[in-house]
Amino acid sequence: MTDGLEFRGLTKRYGSVTVLSNVSLHLRPGRVHGLMGENGAGKSTLIKLIAGVVPPDAMTLRKDGHEVALTSPADAAAAGFRIIHQELNLVPQLSVAENILLGQPLPRRFGVLVDWPELARRATAALAELGVDKIDVWQQAGALGLGDRMLVKIAAALVGHEGDVAPCLYVLDEPTAALAAAEAEKLFSVIARLKARGAAVLYVSHRLNEVMRLCDDVTVLRNGQSVMTAEVRQTSRAEIILQMTGRDVAEGYPVRGARFLGGEVCRAVAVRTPKLRDLDFILHPGEILGICGLDGAGQTEVLQLFLGLERPKSGQVLLQTAPAPRSPAEAWARGVAYVPRERRSEGLMMRMGTRPNALLPHHAGFWARLAPERARANELSGRVGLKSAGPEQSVWRLSGGNQQKVVFARALACNPRLLLLDEPTRGVDVGAKFEIYNLMRDLADQGCTILLASSDLPEILGMADRILVLQQGRQSAILDPGGMGPNDLLHALYPAMEVS
Amino acid sequence: MIAYLRQYGTLLGLLVIVVFFAVQLPGTFLTARNLINVSQQISMLAVVAFAMTVVMVMNDFDLSVGSTASLAGVVAAVLFAQGFPVWVGVSAALGIGLAGGVLNGVLVAWLGILPFVATLGTLTVFSGLAFFISGGATIFGRDIPKPFADFSRQGIPLDWLGLAEVKLPLLTVVAGLVLLIVWVLLEHTSYGRRLYAIGGNIEAAHLAGVRVRRLRLSAFAVTGFGAAVAGLMYASRVASANPTQGAGLMLDAIAAVFLGMTMGKEGEPRVLATLVGVLILGILDNGLTQMQVDSYVREMLVGSIVIAAVATSSLGRRG
Repeated sequence: MTDGLEFRGLTKRYGSVTVLSNVSLHLRPGRVHGLMGENGAGKSTLIKLIAGVVPPDAMTLRKDGHEVALTSPADAAAAGFRIIHQELNLVPQLSVAENILLGQPLPRRFGVLVDWPELARRATAALAELGVDKIDVWQQAGALGLGDRMLVKIAAALVGHEGDVAPCLYVLDEPTAALAAAEAEKLFSVIARLKARGAAVLYVSHRLNEVMRLCDDVTVLRNGQSVMTAEVRQTSRAEIILQMTGRDVAEGYPVRGARFLGGEVCRAVAVRTPKLRDLDFILHPGEILGICGLDGAGQTEVLQLFLGLERPKSGQVLLQTAPAPRSPAEAWARGVAYVPRERRSEGLMMRMGTRPNALLPHHAGFWARLAPERARANELSGRVGLKSAGPEQSVWRLSGGNQQKVVFARALACNPRLLLLDEPTRGVDVGAKFEIYNLMRDLADQGCTILLASSDLPEILGMADRILVLQQGRQSAILDPGGMGPNDLLHALYPAMEVS
Repeated sequence: MIAYLRQYGTLLGLLVIVVFFAVQLPGTFLTARNLINVSQQISMLAVVAFAMTVVMVMNDFDLSVGSTASLAGVVAAVLFAQGFPVWVGVSAALGIGLAGGVLNGVLVAWLGILPFVATLGTLTVFSGLAFFISGGATIFGRDIPKPFADFSRQGIPLDWLGLAEVKLPLLTVVAGLVLLIVWVLLEHTSYGRRLYAIGGNIEAAHLAGVRVRRLRLSAFAVTGFGAAVAGLMYASRVASANPTQGAGLMLDAIAAVFLGMTMGKEGEPRVLATLVGVLILGILDNGLTQMQVDSYVREMLVGSIVIAAVATSSLGRRG
């Protein structure tokens, strides 16, 4: 008899396409099991099968040696599974406390009235378990930053139904995608606590560093098949990357081409806005400025200065020595391209094809003709290495990496002179990530200036020529990445007093 | 196969309805005279529905089209009654439709009021205005100039098609022209591309450089203008104007667009699909009237068909 959870022969077909083929997974109590794979490798499907939301074509589950039926979300809950999905689905109008206890019978008084103090107490307890005390449980969830939302969701998964089986498995799907480094640290300590209590954790992530650090075991999926299961101690980063991509991708960043040409593309002079202070920099053609800080330190707002979405209260923002654009429309017309942070809500029309999505800012003149548009979309798709079933396939059918390439296709189409990137590789698989880095490098080598806001510190160090560090909206330093490691950079993000 | 059935189910439904009436009403339904008659009956609804499609492409709504149509008719008639020439009345009516649309656009795009709420408000205002201007009475008879009333009684001869006994009514021609204009606008211009993008994701469209506010305003203006055209067509057809005569148009127009949306690849409105919706509603009305089905029963049937079509399509989409 084996202990823990044994999933055998997980198989799922959609029509003629097999998305998961005979995958087995052994999750042992008190261990963190990493699940890796590129987008489209079958990770999401595997999670859906485990959560009971999608019926499998084949699957057996043994819990401590006994076979258990798993055909519905209720079965999954009864078996003690807690699933934290990737999408941040909180109800923005409800309070944090209500969100945490959503889907559970609310505590009552006299059988009908909601017992609000008890509700708040339980929610606070759930957050305290995560080591979080700065979130007010009466606050509306919509007012929270992304990182805090993720913590609330995780707290929601932690509170158990009364009389439930003790949780034996936590599934976390890309939990750090929205978290800044400090919050991710908090999450890691929570995972350590869950593990110490004897639960199994299935940790799904693109981030190799996290998996190497957190996980005891790792399974790699490729094209719906399990290609590797090993103890983390006995494998290496290079091995995992090789298994994920099926090819040898050097874990490096494309090499810089020629140094910048002369001239000035954009400039900030003593800029102050409600969210930013002391912003001062000049950028030249072909330069990549990395922008980093803790979550909500003002990274997005710096980009928005050049889109006309954020206006300086004092100081000056210049684009090619002229005042910065006053609207996104003007910005695109003047050669500024933008890749927003939230691909789904800010970037794409999900139910439309690559053609309308990529060409949207580039319609000129009165008439629009389909044939040339399709040709243009195909050409752009080729340039970004997009894999799709043609220019009219709705982008919601594409993987995350390919969706991001559509957003990049839109940016490339205008031969931008200033490219604004907000977390451009978030939720993008390793293979697509390096293709995106190459695109950035090519653009920069052709003289395009890039502002790269990212919470992925190795990415900043690998791509940027200079690094703008923000602390609570204030420009605290501009650093030269030469010789720096992620740890040095991480230290620079914290206000001086916290470092010691 | 199922996907095709879903997408073309509504078109199939239209065929089924036509065949049903052809069998039930032999010799009277499938005649040139009756079909021409249907085309004239539905022309006002068609114009409002085509105009409504323009705002619904952006995921917006205009509930005020019916009262805009009434108001336009009343404005024209009141000016006629005071002795102004036809062109003045018609221009004033179209102008007031355009102004009403611009008002809707300002409320929705600049003040950020939900289209449902904003146009519910203007619906009431326009309707009140129509009563105020007309004094609550129907304006008819000698007050309506003959050339204006005659417009809807004229047609293009169809002898060259071998149909000597009927003419293609000018109202049908107007509806056809509006269809052509809206179709070109939505499917073949940059303007249309941008409207669809706003409907696809308004925030993404804004960040990708679409001037969302201006476009929304202009689309509401187009819809208001279209509603005024329909109001004039109605006034001409009945040679009179009263402050409630457009009231029924709004719900039917929305129903027609919804029926059409079941045919979109991703459930988006297309103006040619709206035409199918209008035909379904119009032919049902015509056929059931000829079969002497009670008008209340007709309403229940139309409502059920809209719900059934939309439900089938959303069920089919889920898989």
